[in-house]
Amino acid sequence: MEAAAAAAAAAAAAGGGCGSGQPPLLLSEGEQQCYSELFARCAGAAGGGPGSGPPEAARVAPGTATAAAGPVADLFRASQLPSETLHQITELCGAKRVGYFGATQFYIALKLIAAAQSGLPVRIESIKCELPLPRFMMSKNDGEIRFGNPAELHGTKVQIPYLTTEKNSFKRMDDEDKQQETQSPTMSPLASPPSSPPHYQRVPLSHGYSKLRSSAEQMHPAPYEARQPLVQPEGSSSGGPGTKPLRHQASLIRSFSVERELQDNSSYPDEPWRITEEQREYYVNQFRSLQPDPSSFISGSVAKNFFTKSKLSIPELSYIWELSDADCDGALTLPEFCAAFHLIVARKNGYPLPEGLPPTLQPEYLQAAFPKPKWDCQLFDSYSESLPANQQPRDLNRMEKTSVKDMADLPVLTQDVTSDDKQALKSTINEALSKDVSEDPATSKDSNSLKARPRSRSYSSTSIEEAMKRGEDPPTPPPRPQKTHSRASSLDLNKVFQPSVPATKSGLLPPPPALPPRPCPSQSEQVSEAELLPQLSRAPSQAAESSPAKKDVPYSQPPSKPIRRKFRPENQATENQEPSTAASGPASAATMKPHPTVQKQSSKQKKAIQTAIRKNKEANAVLARLNSELQQQLKEVHQERIALENQLEQLRPVTVL
Amino acid sequence: MAVCIAVIAKENYPLYIRSSPTENELKFHYMVHTSLDVVDEKISAMGKALVDQRELYLGLLYPTEDYKVYGYVTNSKVKFVMVVDSSNTALRDNEIRSMFRKLHNSYTDVMCNPFYNPGDRIQSSRAFDNMVTSMMIQVC
Repeated sequence: MEAAAAAAAAAAAAGGGCGSGQPPLLLSEGEQQCYSELFARCAGAAGGGPGSGPPEAARVAPGTATAAAGPVADLFRASQLPSETLHQITELCGAKRVGYFGATQFYIALKLIAAAQSGLPVRIESIKCELPLPRFMMSKNDGEIRFGNPAELHGTKVQIPYLTTEKNSFKRMDDEDKQQETQSPTMSPLASPPSSPPHYQRVPLSHGYSKLRSSAEQMHPAPYEARQPLVQPEGSSSGGPGTKPLRHQASLIRSFSVERELQDNSSYPDEPWRITEEQREYYVNQFRSLQPDPSSFISGSVAKNFFTKSKLSIPELSYIWELSDADCDGALTLPEFCAAFHLIVARKNGYPLPEGLPPTLQPEYLQAAFPKPKWDCQLFDSYSESLPANQQPRDLNRMEKTSVKDMADLPVLTQDVTSDDKQALKSTINEALSKDVSEDPATSKDSNSLKARPRSRSYSSTSIEEAMKRGEDPPTPPPRPQKTHSRASSLDLNKVFQPSVPATKSGLLPPPPALPPRPCPSQSEQVSEAELLPQLSRAPSQAAESSPAKKDVPYSQPPSKPIRRKFRPENQATENQEPSTAASGPASAATMKPHPTVQKQSSKQKKAIQTAIRKNKEANAVLARLNSELQQQLKEVHQERIALENQLEQLRPVTVL
Repeated sequence: MAVCIAVIAKENYPLYIRSSPTENELKFHYMVHTSLDVVDEKISAMGKALVDQRELYLGLLYPTEDYKVYGYVTNSKVKFVMVVDSSNTALRDNEIRSMFRKLHNSYTDVMCNPFYNPGDRIQSSRAFDNMVTSMMIQVC
């Protein structure tokens, strides 16, 4: 085959060194394979071209093929290096000198491109060291041809570096077999022994290049050596959620790195825009941390603060927002949020942003592919509250089961990914399926009902604020407090209504004498309360005239009604201070018994209103005190002013002269 | 098809200006700048009482020998100015109105992006750029 011949020729040429004084070129297995493929392509393309190949081949020594300038130039341009660098490379590799791209020149050029992409200077010496494979951004067809991977390419530009770096990492592992496995690169490295993760870490450390960052993303980022043992193919599902609560505390940057780990474990190697289960869970949890209700949305400013923590540049974030906010309403719903988060994660891992929102990130797709976010979040609640390890893999399996089902329906991934691990995953899911299915509706219903119950309970309020609101809501007070309360305290009722009977009977007289014994810390309080209470006394007396139990007050303003009700216990309190009414207390208790449940219902309300009134009175007192102080200050200022005016007048006759 | 499209902020500085590359861009910038006076005049002519009823589309601001300039003001006093080739007689008023409406919609979409600070130049919105490109004369 031409490829083999080219490879052989390359090896021979490299070994022997070309006559132009270049050093022997040492290529590793991976490099050889890659280069020979590229060379074959360029030469093949040249051969297909208008007779440029064969004549050149004839010119050159037999047994070597040459790559025509056209495809080679295209290839070099695809490496995305600046043109000066490419010129340098072509000069160095000797093509300019000999006038054509022989195998040697081509390989040297490729190696130089790899060096340049790694940031090394374009020199002959740089190709002596081991280098990663050169990276080329090619069109879809080229990519497919080159790597022979019938993978579905979503963002094709994204695809190639992914696979290239996979090859690179395989080379690093010195595992030549892996070169064949372009289909499931993420699965196989994970299946390898734990020594491999530290192996991979060397890669990002040695080359601080963005391309390698993307390879590091599939391997495990350096900071997470501690997590390496956790991230195993089977253990990932259980280890993931267990570490999730910890992650919540961690900074967002850490969380982004963690995302990479999660992405490795179950992401299909050729779908960078697909959200995996763990990712989805994580995104939803983050959403809920920002906005407790998973079915409503996050406002723009909240989302902005959150996403700026990712340390991406503002234009990029702005672009991501533009992509993900499909309805352009300035707010993110849950699927939009997941899409945005996923794009940010991808960008941080080195993937260039797509031109348009990928189909797998569309909100409709996200909503359809995954269970309802409410259900999800309730499940998450159930396991965030109680983190039993056994529950988590079960829940996860359930999620994975549903997602796998959905994904099976989708026409997307027909290919390939015949990874054994994926099969294993499916089989485990299927096993878990049978036992989980029965639990699914049960737990979901339970969690649903659990969620519903506290909410409903809160609406039938027994809280003071609710009662207060109910009491004060209607602008005109209702004649009878017809509200239902779950609790009734007849004792309170007795206390409340005790004094009403004697108070109303005695009419106007008792209330005014009740004022003085009231303990008042300051005069202003006394004054204010004295003002209040006479008003109130008039009110209840009139009410008493109309109906003892009802609160009809023709002229009373709304605040006076609760105050009025408050007045009774106040009255009762004041009267209790008086020894005279102390005796009447227990006596009138008996009279209260015949009163029906209507009063029971109102007692709770009264209590609430009483406390409210108390608070209001305190506030009143404070304000009154403040008022008096300010008035004092005003007086002083007045006096100063008067003094100054006097001085002015005294001085004036002097100046008039 | 416009030759030049500009978005001017309330304080009369440009937020976005794009001209068709055939001509000297400076000429268009100058035209847009001079048209701002006309816009202000038209706005103030309405009077304060009619602010709510003021129509957003201002119509032909002024014609020159080669070009016609159309204007549009939003309720937040952001102005859109469009320069059209005079020889393009097929362009009717309705079409200009629809172009301005599209511009306005894209502008509000840009506004909705929380990463966009009002008053910044509109540089990062690809959707806006694409929309404007679609309205400009397809040259080269």
